[in-house]
Amino acid sequence: MIDARIVKKLSGTRAGSSFELDLHLRSDAPVAVILGPSGAGKTLTLNCLAGFARPDEGRILVQDELFFDAQTKVHVPPQVRRCGYIFQDHTLFPHMSVMGNLKFAAQSMPKPKPSRLEQQRAIHELLDAFELGGLASRMPHQLSGGQRQRVAIARALIGQPRLLLLDEPTRGLNVQLREAFYEVMRRTRERLQAPIVLVTHDVEECFGLADTLYFIENGRCLQAGKKEDVVAKPASLEVVRLLGLYVTAEAEITYLDPGRDVGRVRIASQAIETRYFPGHLLGDRGWVCIKRSDVHVLPHSHQPKANQLVMEWRTRSATVRGVKLEFDGGLSAEMSEARFRELDGSRKVRLEFQRESVHFLTEN
Amino acid sequence: MSAGFSVDWFPLWLSLRVAALATILVVCAGLAAAYVLSHYTFRGKNLLDSLITLPLVLPPTVLGYYLLVLLGRTSPLGRLYEAAFGSPLVFTWQAAVVAAIFHSGPLFVKTARAALESVDRRYEHAAKSLGASSWRTFFRVTLPLVGNQVAALAALCFARSLGDFGVTMMVAGNIPGRTQTLSIAIYDAVESGNGNLARILVVIVSLAAIAILWPANRIVQRSWPGAAAE
Repeated sequence: MIDARIVKKLSGTRAGSSFELDLHLRSDAPVAVILGPSGAGKTLTLNCLAGFARPDEGRILVQDELFFDAQTKVHVPPQVRRCGYIFQDHTLFPHMSVMGNLKFAAQSMPKPKPSRLEQQRAIHELLDAFELGGLASRMPHQLSGGQRQRVAIARALIGQPRLLLLDEPTRGLNVQLREAFYEVMRRTRERLQAPIVLVTHDVEECFGLADTLYFIENGRCLQAGKKEDVVAKPASLEVVRLLGLYVTAEAEITYLDPGRDVGRVRIASQAIETRYFPGHLLGDRGWVCIKRSDVHVLPHSHQPKANQLVMEWRTRSATVRGVKLEFDGGLSAEMSEARFRELDGSRKVRLEFQRESVHFLTEN
Repeated sequence: MSAGFSVDWFPLWLSLRVAALATILVVCAGLAAAYVLSHYTFRGKNLLDSLITLPLVLPPTVLGYYLLVLLGRTSPLGRLYEAAFGSPLVFTWQAAVVAAIFHSGPLFVKTARAALESVDRRYEHAAKSLGASSWRTFFRVTLPLVGNQVAALAALCFARSLGDFGVTMMVAGNIPGRTQTLSIAIYDAVESGNGNLARILVVIVSLAAIAILWPANRIVQRSWPGAAAE
């Protein structure tokens, strides 16, 4: 359980540039992921949690332990907080072997210090768990990136941390190593009784691991919640853009009927039927966004259904998943090569939107 | 060279002893000062930094004069020393140690500070997040990462301590057999026209300096693989 309210101002080194982090993290989930572009304040958040940065205001409570409270001037130093912190480049001590790094961690544990035998047992157990047995005598520079990361995680777990923090753990890893890392995380979750906070700018990663998501940009939280909820109901256009999972198009609401749960929006001078949009008014202009996987391309027909648009595609490009067609108004759709052939080369197609998955968002 | 010519080796031994003691003191106090300057921000930090650098730019006579005033038999510090050790500080070989400290200390602090600042702060953060105290972090992580540089720096300080002239002359004087260090003995030999002695001592000092600096330069070039900013 983490309950952290962090307010921290940074006066920029460049004239006029200043940054304010204002965040409330509250999570019971085993893994909370903070997603945001670089410069959003992700690493600063971790540093505040670990105790390397001191918030100006707020309160940090982790597993019923008070780490920081601005009002009562409590600031527990990092060596007492016991937050396992996996830095971006793993920061294994370069002058110690793998074994040396793990021993350092075991011997650094605050009181009650485990006995030498217990330390040895913990080290060997973790060496086995993370498949590092044969590497114990290697120096960090003799390890691959993935091995270094496993050592760093094993080193952090030795002290039985109260909180595990990971800063962009898969940056610079290739696809295979990424898969391996997810496996490592699964193992880590099994043996760790403490919450994990992971920051990343990578949407893929955040879905692989997260239970709870926090979207942050420019020091503010745009949306927080369970990942399924966030994907199903993005709260703002920023979230939509950050997620990159949606097709968006400019639109205007032309009809609303709460009684029948029906709405209608005009996109590129055609109308489609959707659900009712609570909180919006007739005539509102904004953007519709639809999850990419909920947009389907069908062969042209003269009687389109209420949730279909008839459009001509402008450009066609090849993607990993098949073919991507782009239309007027910013709409696009992806489909497999086989589905594309079914269109018989016709530029005029029907775009079908699943009624439930059409969202309407206005700029702020 | 006449058959009866003999060299008085006292200045050499005295200089080595003075330099060794000064180096030990400079390394201990200098590391502490460098750590504070590199790891903390506080009011008056710039002033402290300037004060530490001051001996590098002041003429040795001026520095010596200050030390005489500060440590002389009538000054509080001088009296404290006399009460503690039973003899006055100025014009003893111990005063030569003080002179050597002021001669080499500033250089040590300046360079050690730069070395400590070069250590990626995240290694220290990693150590602390594992529960290591500040002491443990410094002695097991920070210092070993710059160990080569600090060792080379200590050697440099030793060599520099061997060679102080001006401040030593002011506070320890030139008492043969008691406070006459190597560089003062050379001055003395030249003054009294003893060219042979001067030549021998000059060669000794030069060789000693080279013998210290050459290996020091070599160890400073070695660093931990992967320890540089990645």
